[in-house]
Amino acid sequence: MFPTMTAEKPISLKPQVPLREPSAATDDVQRAIKLETRHLDFYYGNNQALHDISLQIPERSVTAFIGPSGCGKSTFLRTLNRMNDIIEGTRHTGDVLLEGTDIFDPRVDVVALRKRVGMVFQKSTPFPKSIFDNIAYGPRVAGLKDLSRLTEIVESSLKRAALWDEVKDRMRDSAMALSGGQQQRLCIARALATEPDVLLMDEPASALDPASTTRVEDLIFDLKSNYTIVIVTHNMQQAARVSDRTAFFYQGHLVEVGPTQELFTRPKEKQTEDYITGRFG
Amino acid sequence: MQQVLFLCAGLSIVTMAGIVFVLLNESVYSVLGDQAFFQEIPLWKFLTGTRWHWDSGEFGVWPLLTSTLQVALIGGLVSVPLGLCSAIYLSEYATPRTRRVIKPTLELLAGVPTVVYGYFALMFVTPYVLRPLFGLVGLEVGTFNGLAAGIVVGIMITPLVASLSEDAIRSVPQSLREAAYALGSTRFDVSVRVVVPAAFSGIVAACLLAISRAIGETMAVVIAGGQNTPGGGLAINPLREVFTMTSYIVNVSSSDVEAGSMEYKSLYAVGLTLFVITLLMNIVSQWVMRRFREAYQ
Amino acid sequence: MSSSLYSNSQTRGRWFEYVCLLATWSALFFLAVLLTVILWQGRGNLSMSFLSNFDDRLSPEKAGMLAGLWGSFWLMILTFLISVPVGIGAAIYLEEYSTDSWIARIIQVNLSNLAGVPSIVYGILGLTVFVRMFGIFAKGAIIERMTGNQVEGLFFAFGLNVPLPLGTTVISGALTLSLLVLPVIIVATQEAVRAVPGSIRHAALALGATKWQTIVTLVLPAAMPGIMTGVILSLSRAIGETAPLIMVGASTFLRATPADIEYPHELVTKPRATINAPFDEYTAMPIMVYSWAKQAQREYQGIASAGIIVLVTVLLTMNGLAIYIRNRSQQHLRW
Repeated sequence: MFPTMTAEKPISLKPQVPLREPSAATDDVQRAIKLETRHLDFYYGNNQALHDISLQIPERSVTAFIGPSGCGKSTFLRTLNRMNDIIEGTRHTGDVLLEGTDIFDPRVDVVALRKRVGMVFQKSTPFPKSIFDNIAYGPRVAGLKDLSRLTEIVESSLKRAALWDEVKDRMRDSAMALSGGQQQRLCIARALATEPDVLLMDEPASALDPASTTRVEDLIFDLKSNYTIVIVTHNMQQAARVSDRTAFFYQGHLVEVGPTQELFTRPKEKQTEDYITGRFG
Repeated sequence: MQQVLFLCAGLSIVTMAGIVFVLLNESVYSVLGDQAFFQEIPLWKFLTGTRWHWDSGEFGVWPLLTSTLQVALIGGLVSVPLGLCSAIYLSEYATPRTRRVIKPTLELLAGVPTVVYGYFALMFVTPYVLRPLFGLVGLEVGTFNGLAAGIVVGIMITPLVASLSEDAIRSVPQSLREAAYALGSTRFDVSVRVVVPAAFSGIVAACLLAISRAIGETMAVVIAGGQNTPGGGLAINPLREVFTMTSYIVNVSSSDVEAGSMEYKSLYAVGLTLFVITLLMNIVSQWVMRRFREAYQ
Repeated sequence: MSSSLYSNSQTRGRWFEYVCLLATWSALFFLAVLLTVILWQGRGNLSMSFLSNFDDRLSPEKAGMLAGLWGSFWLMILTFLISVPVGIGAAIYLEEYSTDSWIARIIQVNLSNLAGVPSIVYGILGLTVFVRMFGIFAKGAIIERMTGNQVEGLFFAFGLNVPLPLGTTVISGALTLSLLVLPVIIVATQEAVRAVPGSIRHAALALGATKWQTIVTLVLPAAMPGIMTGVILSLSRAIGETAPLIMVGASTFLRATPADIEYPHELVTKPRATINAPFDEYTAMPIMVYSWAKQAQREYQGIASAGIIVLVTVLLTMNGLAIYIRNRSQQHLRW
């Protein structure tokens, strides 16, 4: 299939040459655009945090956001499922489109949006409940009460998050008792249980030890055949390892975006080159 | 200078020791050689007796205890839902501006002297609220009754429940709220399914503390609750009068009993009972609260 | 797999917000009703003579609060003088000198336990220790047996007479209230002292100041607004306390002020009365309200309400003062 690339290509997005990407799982197919922002500005009170961001995120692939701390990459990620709504005094201009639908349209239900665009945070955030209740949380708030169906969802989510074998005998234990890496995979499983099509990850491995990081990265790699994944990371090697496309943010601007391989080997902008060669950040 | 400051700080220990000594001295064993209360009335009779009649020398604590528990229970039934819902409203729903106005106003409720609540219960709540209400179903409400006292005590401790529960709710990390929102929760889901369960032990500690305050509450029950239980027996019916431990202590001290008499000593025995109950509740509350705080650090 | 974004689940659970809102407002509504009823009942009895008359059991319409006003005045002054120095001293010891010793930890735990002791238990303490002094000065008791004389008091120069035991005097009440408010004052002072940043202390110490000089010249002045807010709030709680005062024998009917000082200027013109006032009998505003509330006749309802209005006005004034000090200091000092 050859879905069309949309005509409104943002200026910062370089022309897409046929991709020759490194990872084995990527095919050379051009993908449909899942998420798109157009001229997005974002403000905390009077401070402008994002300047005119236009970006397209193709489906069933991993897009990484890199950049120094405070560059706006996390803020941008959080606008994609309107998490910034819960912070007082924020506002935006421009559009964010999910499969062509403006997510800031007043008719859009933010709760329904977040069910489709899930999120995993830097710090693992298990609820002080059992493992089962953690995973079942999303389906339950969506109104599902049938226990056998819930059990199915919990099992399949945990399997998809590669956590099932480790916890299948202790579903009633508190999630707080899991190790840091397990907690983070639990949070991923919890996000998967709501059946999202997009998964936003805000530095999901930055608080983990190397072994757990590898497991999370493997997991991301496995998940991308079914989900559109956007990951914020300060770790460039990680971006290079897991992502198909990479976007570089600096001081609230989107400097450059392109296939990961290209961006890391032949950056087009001087700032990008300085950053990836370690001259700042 | 440091020694002087140490004495100031040590005074709090002396106060606590003084309270314990004074209560034990008249009720358990007197260092000055008089007979203490429990040397004349066996402890088990005091703790199991269901009649309090000093004329006939019956000192069973249960009429006083049931009165106290009745008022505290009604107070809890009023204050826990009101206080908890206010806390949830203030921390999860209200804008910062609304909170800045409502919080101090709620604290005013806690600042009104308890004697005022008692007077209000006696002059307004009983005759103009409870009598007409229970009159509809043909029930008679006494001039003095445990219900009116319990209701005003409940209102009185609502700000305490609210502010301590709000502290507990606010100490639930914001990251948990965000995680819940990211899973497609409404504000209701976040409050009821995540925040309140996460803050649960802190809320329990708050309620325990407030109810121990209700148990020690004096003037509202002295004025509105009454000076005896029906027939000197157990206080069961909240529409009849009650005689709480605190009312009893006030009653004895404002009547002309002689130092050294049984009535006088019974004041200390009841005081000791009250002290032990409230102290235990406070200690449990602090223990629960400490465990709760540790869970989020 | 993609459901519509146009559902409307935000209304789910909206009822809960209204329940919470209702709970918050019903508590405030109760306060409004209470104040309205009291104001309405007491409106006919508020006059200057209500403030300047003594209580009157024969003609209630002439009853006034003068004795209670002066009694509460003396209680507050003495409680302030006793509890503030001790409270600040204790807080400084705990915060600046003994931050993590075992004794400090015990004191700290003990403070929170003391704060939970019912006020009437403090009344029992005051009755036994201050009013009766364990009965050791009574006729035929231990002091008389040991000294051969019955001791009735201590007599000092300037005509100061201290009765022994202290009896049902202002000082007994003030000592009892001081013990009652001390835990609150100590904790408030600790918080205020803790809020003063360590950098200030280090700067002063680096300039060669001693620890004590640093505390007196820098830490305490910086913490003073916080301390005063805590002190005023706890004193305003003490002014409304009734139960412990009943225990330590504040009179429910008294037609005299302590040492017969009835006008402020007499505090200066009658120095001998002024120093003896703490050792005289007294009544207090909440005690008078209590005693009027117990009267069966309808006339007393108006008087009780008028008394409550005066009492609550004093309380609100003190609370307002505390809030004013807090806000002003927040504007001036920001670390």
